[in-house]
Amino acid sequence: MTTLKVEGKKNRRSPRKVAVNVLVHVFLAVLAAIWVLPIFWIILTSFREEPGSYVSTFFPKGYTLNNYVKLFTDRNILNFPKMFTNTLIIAIFTCIISTFFVMSVGYSLSRMRFKFRKPYMNLAMVLGLFPGFMAMIAQYYLLKAMGLTEGGLIRLALIIAYTASTGLGFQIVKGYFDTIPHSIDEAAIIDGASQWQVFTKITLPLAKPILIYTLLTSFMAPWVDFIFAKVICRATASQYTVAIGLWNMLQKEYITQWYTCFAAGAVVVSIPISILFLFTQKYYVDGMSGAVKG
Amino acid sequence: MAQTKKEITVKEAIAKGDVWTKLSMILMGAGLFSHKQKAKGILVFLLEIAFIVFMAGIGISQLAALPGLGESEQGKIWNEAKGIYEYTKGDNSLTILLFGIVTLFVIAAIILLWILQMKQSYKVQKLIETNEHVPTFKEDLKSLINGNLHITLMTLPCLGILVFNIVPLVYMICMAFTSYSKEGNHLTLFDWNGLTQFGRVLNMNGTMGRQFWRVLGWTIVWAIFATFLNYILGMILALIINRKETKGKGFWRFCFILSIAVPQFVSLMIMRTMLQPQGAINILLQNAGLISSPLPFWTNATWARVTVIVINLWVGIPYTLLQITGILQNIPNELYEAAKMDGAGPVTIFFKITLPYMLFVTTPYLISSFVGNINNFNVIYLLSGGGPTNVGDTAGQTDLLVTWLYKLTVDQQYYNIGAVIGILTFVVLTIVTLVTYRNTASYKNEEAFM
Repeated sequence: MTTLKVEGKKNRRSPRKVAVNVLVHVFLAVLAAIWVLPIFWIILTSFREEPGSYVSTFFPKGYTLNNYVKLFTDRNILNFPKMFTNTLIIAIFTCIISTFFVMSVGYSLSRMRFKFRKPYMNLAMVLGLFPGFMAMIAQYYLLKAMGLTEGGLIRLALIIAYTASTGLGFQIVKGYFDTIPHSIDEAAIIDGASQWQVFTKITLPLAKPILIYTLLTSFMAPWVDFIFAKVICRATASQYTVAIGLWNMLQKEYITQWYTCFAAGAVVVSIPISILFLFTQKYYVDGMSGAVKG
Repeated sequence: MAQTKKEITVKEAIAKGDVWTKLSMILMGAGLFSHKQKAKGILVFLLEIAFIVFMAGIGISQLAALPGLGESEQGKIWNEAKGIYEYTKGDNSLTILLFGIVTLFVIAAIILLWILQMKQSYKVQKLIETNEHVPTFKEDLKSLINGNLHITLMTLPCLGILVFNIVPLVYMICMAFTSYSKEGNHLTLFDWNGLTQFGRVLNMNGTMGRQFWRVLGWTIVWAIFATFLNYILGMILALIINRKETKGKGFWRFCFILSIAVPQFVSLMIMRTMLQPQGAINILLQNAGLISSPLPFWTNATWARVTVIVINLWVGIPYTLLQITGILQNIPNELYEAAKMDGAGPVTIFFKITLPYMLFVTTPYLISSFVGNINNFNVIYLLSGGGPTNVGDTAGQTDLLVTWLYKLTVDQQYYNIGAVIGILTFVVLTIVTLVTYRNTASYKNEEAFM
């Protein structure tokens, strides 16, 4: 060990090593700039005074909060406040229902043994290979046949669309439950607890991190999805969600007037997601590798 | 109990069952009712009645219409007295198909229930014969929060998947075999036409076929580039950050990972606007005097293809970084030290040690990201929108199978062709997954690497 250390020290002092080190740091700095600049730029744009999608300077000539004010007060052309409440309502229900679904399926597959278990997991894999919205378009017809694609009921339709197949996304949660030692449940069952009590009183509290992760990600889903919302809302503008609103702001007829507001909207949607992401990063990584292991 | 562990078959139940069990073949629940499971028996019987009422009411007529998918067009009859045309209600093939499929699922459900109750009624019959305890209704209910908790927990999610995932999929698959399309005005009334659409799509000489093979080719090229470039460049970046001598590892990682935190559709739309002919990048370059006319990012096929791949690197590399940093640190240090002793340089070490090790460990991740890229709707749709599109084509030069599917169904209303594309995408994905998975080292020999 000591010889290695000495060797390492000698290497670090050599001019070639220093040059390589400087180069590496410069390279990383350039790359980091490429990755961070667009984000930085959109934040600057959201405070920009001049409208329009392009200005000739990187830093705005004047700063203002009006973009945010306009975004949340202008109800005439693009009714962002309405979209915001729509999305909020949908997100709250989606969050509750899909968390319940994912937790239930994850627990059943991890802890219970039944005949349908393996077939269910295989089925989930096969269904995952179909292009996502191949079912989406047919779902629209199904929802239409149920009369849910008119007016206020569109919200219900979107909640159904966002939650109905969440039972297929059990992998992360199941992987997490698998890591909780079985001996804890066994002890509880010996003490006379039912499986339901084990699930609600022991496993769920122990799985708090993944529970929070699931709650937050499912809450965020309606904010960032725009394809589903577009297919189901069609032309019913009163039921648009935030994502469609932002998409519309970049269309030809709105872009010159609304570009800076788009930037403001993007920041408003991104902030909670960024915070959530930075806090749940660890589980996200664990989840991805858990999903890979199957 | 021990001797009944063996699976009971329906055949056995019919052959060895007593009168009541045999009667359950027609009057469902009779066996359960007479074998001390009254409540269950009544429930099953009520379900049978409900099924019969459903079939007599709408089920049979829906099924009967399914082979023909409706015949009568919306008619116009001249009403002499009022002096106007009166419209008669025509058939709507779409609803007929939908309700037909739902009816088929209901029938499947009742058959399943029939099998279950036959088995169950023979089982309780045997329990009574051997003088064992027959679970009461109350005990059955109690088991739903204990031994059978999975039934309670999984029923709703499964119902959701069945109704809003499996039924729509079957429905879409059925459309592939019909003439449901704007072509020939078959939007309300259409018919089964077998494999005609598959023939059209697969025929290289037709317009559809020519587009299909081109889109398929590009989809695969895209998926290969998007997956492997992201993987290798992401890995190199991770290695550079992980170097012993690199300062501020956490800070660099944070810079890259920050871009994941911004919703994808937002960052993609920003990129799209920035790269427009009148967008920020072109104007900046023009003002700097580097170019005289705007660069054709989205209007030239090759430019567009390269642009989407490059932007996908911006989107994808942080994910790779996040995913493989941990695994990289798991590579046994002895391997590196041994290689250094033998005088291997960083490039040799990367290709001889790091890459093989990573490939071995992360093959499943690679496969799932390959599948994800074939179905990568967001990046293509939000960036290039599939364009540029040749005149007369429905598929653009950067369209993937999924985005083409979206255009064909939502924009063009060629539903049958869209469904065919969907099925073929599934076939391609299944083949890719099976072949690569079976040929990977980690599948053939799990402990081989060390």
